[in-house]
Amino acid sequence: MKNAVGRDIPDEILKLTGKEPFQGNNYKNGVPFRRVAPIIRPVMDNEHSKLVKDIHEALVKCKAHSGMTVSFHHHFREGDLIVNMVMEEIHKMGLKNITLAATSLGKAHDPLVPMIEDGTITRIEASGVRGKIGQAISDGKLKGLAIMRSHGGRVRSLVTGETKVDIAFIGAPTSDDYGNLRGIGGKTNCGVLSYSHVDGDCAEYVVAITDCLVPFPNFPAHISMTKVDYVCVVDAIGIPEKIATGAAKPTTDQRKLMMAEYCTQVVVNTPYFKDGFSYQTGVGGASIASTISLTKIMEERGIKMGFGVGGLTKPMCDLLDRGMVRVLMDTQAFDLDAVSNVINPAHHRITAGAYANPFNKGAFVNKLDYVILASLEVDVNFNCNVVVGSDGVITGAQGGHPDTAQGAKCTIVICPLLQGRIPAICTNVTTVTTPGESVDIVVTDYGVAVNPNRHDLLEALEKADCVPLKTIEELRDIAYSIVGEPEPVEFEDRIVGIIEARDGTIMDVVRQAKPYKFDD
Amino acid sequence: MSHPNMKRLRRSMMFLNCQKPGLIKDPYVYGPDSIMLDLEDAVAEKEKDAARYSLYHALQEIDYRGVERVVRINGLDTDLWREDIRCSVAGGCDAIRIPKTETAKDVKLVEEAVAAAEKEFGIEPGRTLIMAALESARGVMNALEICEASPRLFGIALSGGDYTKDLQTTISGTGVELMGARQHMIIAARAAGVQCFDTVYTNLNDMEGFRRDVETIHTMGFDGKSIINPRQIPIVHEIFTPTQKEIIFAEKVVREIDTKKAQGIGVFTVDGKMIDIAFYDGAKRTLALARASGVYKGEL
Amino acid sequence: MVIQKPAIAGTLESSDCMVTVEPGEGKIDLDLDSAVIRQYGKQIRKVILETLQRLDVTDAKITVVDKGALDCTIKARVECAVYRSNGVKDQLPWGGAIV
Repeated sequence: MKNAVGRDIPDEILKLTGKEPFQGNNYKNGVPFRRVAPIIRPVMDNEHSKLVKDIHEALVKCKAHSGMTVSFHHHFREGDLIVNMVMEEIHKMGLKNITLAATSLGKAHDPLVPMIEDGTITRIEASGVRGKIGQAISDGKLKGLAIMRSHGGRVRSLVTGETKVDIAFIGAPTSDDYGNLRGIGGKTNCGVLSYSHVDGDCAEYVVAITDCLVPFPNFPAHISMTKVDYVCVVDAIGIPEKIATGAAKPTTDQRKLMMAEYCTQVVVNTPYFKDGFSYQTGVGGASIASTISLTKIMEERGIKMGFGVGGLTKPMCDLLDRGMVRVLMDTQAFDLDAVSNVINPAHHRITAGAYANPFNKGAFVNKLDYVILASLEVDVNFNCNVVVGSDGVITGAQGGHPDTAQGAKCTIVICPLLQGRIPAICTNVTTVTTPGESVDIVVTDYGVAVNPNRHDLLEALEKADCVPLKTIEELRDIAYSIVGEPEPVEFEDRIVGIIEARDGTIMDVVRQAKPYKFDD
Repeated sequence: MSHPNMKRLRRSMMFLNCQKPGLIKDPYVYGPDSIMLDLEDAVAEKEKDAARYSLYHALQEIDYRGVERVVRINGLDTDLWREDIRCSVAGGCDAIRIPKTETAKDVKLVEEAVAAAEKEFGIEPGRTLIMAALESARGVMNALEICEASPRLFGIALSGGDYTKDLQTTISGTGVELMGARQHMIIAARAAGVQCFDTVYTNLNDMEGFRRDVETIHTMGFDGKSIINPRQIPIVHEIFTPTQKEIIFAEKVVREIDTKKAQGIGVFTVDGKMIDIAFYDGAKRTLALARASGVYKGEL
Repeated sequence: MVIQKPAIAGTLESSDCMVTVEPGEGKIDLDLDSAVIRQYGKQIRKVILETLQRLDVTDAKITVVDKGALDCTIKARVECAVYRSNGVKDQLPWGGAIV
């Protein structure tokens, strides 16, 4: 059955998952549902200790069993040690058929591939997967499905009970012996614990893992003791230098600077750019350069930002320190400056749910004026692909892409027209992760295309005559004229993963990669 | 009739190593006026042949979207330059840049080889232009004879690295060591009616120094600058593009001279400045440069 | 042309390709590895074989490791490797066999 972005979602998958095909962004708007409530095992005995001596004991006490679902956060990014540590213990215990429900998985988790091959891990739910696990899934090694969800979509799937987490493992930079957790302090400072709040709210068992036990009470707690069953102290939960590095040096790549300049011109010449506007941007060179050049124009025109949100970086924190943004709402710290900036009283931590869950009574993303995003591919219908490489192999993550794109009044996607020989602007994206109805403007090094649905933005930019405007088809044609039209990538029939829309419907499916062979 | 591109806009002339496919595939996105595809210093000795194949196919197959394609050939003291010219002309390049030019004879030698290659490959005779890089004290002293050596020669360029070595000094960043050559070359170029281009600025970490350098040569009358990184392009263009104030003033000057001439008045004032017919060509040039830079759409 | 000795051209940098030619066993024996083989494999192979044909090379073992090179680069690297294997440096047939 074809969904609203024209992707064929086979009936077998609809039947297997009980899901509907994607029917447009606001399909579930206002549709009531009941949140699930977790099972609580009350702690009344004042002699009760939550401390366990190791991961093994935590697993035993939480009744770890084959077929269970375990969850993790990715605030430690490529420096994460928790997922591997826990999964190794589960592997040692001989448990099978585990669903690994992490907020995201990266190269740090390459060592899990043998556990996929031997049936320890048979399902994966994550924002996305980079590294060898992505290759393994695309090669068909995972027995069950990989479900890729946005950050907001993941919260939705937990609060609706679609994902039932048996044991949540929350790596915490500091914890006391009663499980008051903070994202700041200790040896493995990551600033915030936004992604894990929903796990604390919904999982049957919650285990905190820390490498820095502090005296009770560890306060103000980011995740409260009221939600934590056990606390396990280990030597190290992460590799600090891989969690957050010093702020990236502003790019000197003229191509990125050009795209940044186009992006800034788009922002300042569209109607939402006025005092009190809201803004989210990413960590790419062009995004950061654009924030810096935007700052200059804000200063010239005396315009201040109302709020900035999302994963934060130094240039956003600089805005706060200079009084050019009223508040920052933080879901993830991307560099050490962002980590240390959380001490600013106007720098607030928010949960992933408050940030992006579509099944809230409203989320922060809904109040965004601008979001600046990247994309692996954008097609002539403005659909974006951020998960599957143009070669058909899973290689990225949805993150907050679909959440912010839908929420923001003006969604700008920056991507160079060509990545080597691969055209980023194409006729059909390999896999749809963010629907074209969410995407308003595409900025490339060869020009800027406006979604024809947004006459208002197109008119504003035409009038301002500030960027080289092209149609999206023109950009695609330029790309193809340089590199040639790509052959469609061939896949096996088997579906190895699904791309879930924010509301839990199916945006697209990912099929097993097919080894390339010449016809003759 | 002279070649239509003799006087084209050449504010920014960007060097690119022919041996690097990633560099030559789409430099036009940065909007330079000219690119200089290098077969000489940037290319390692053992890759000289490889660079030519890349150059030929790039010239033939890549649409440089109106950006002028100059090829810097190897020096006349090598056994490479003749084949460099055959390859470049066959590929359809717009111009040849002669390195280390010392005398008018050097230019004539290249001119002959270019003409022969045009004949061999069926290229319209006279299509391929020439520019000469002056890289020694002798070359600079012979600037005028070099400028006048060939009807194909559209300009001369200072090459500061070798020139300062020849002067037994080094690049200081202040431009003091280049003063004499710059002054001499721009005078020679203007005397001969050809263009004049400045040397590269190699310190990419000092964009302020680069800006001062470009302001200096712009004030001296140069037509443009050789550059080594696309980041330098916007700065050159900004400095070489007339300001709105200059454009408005130039428009007034042209209009006033046209009317006053009809009325038989020779000297008058515009915005409080004494103006006469001697200002006419300069004002016209300002408007032409503004038009070519895309900031003037008026009819003058 | 006859491939007289092994020769190599190009690099493994992005947008480039590395081409190795060796004397063959009576036919063209192509080994192609490309970062973009799924999208451009057929086109790359066609360019390589056509280039060899124009150079009149009918007997060679040719190995191409491609890192997303454009067609013009692939041609240039194949030609370079072939001419290197012959030691030909001057009076090249620009616009003839090289086109």
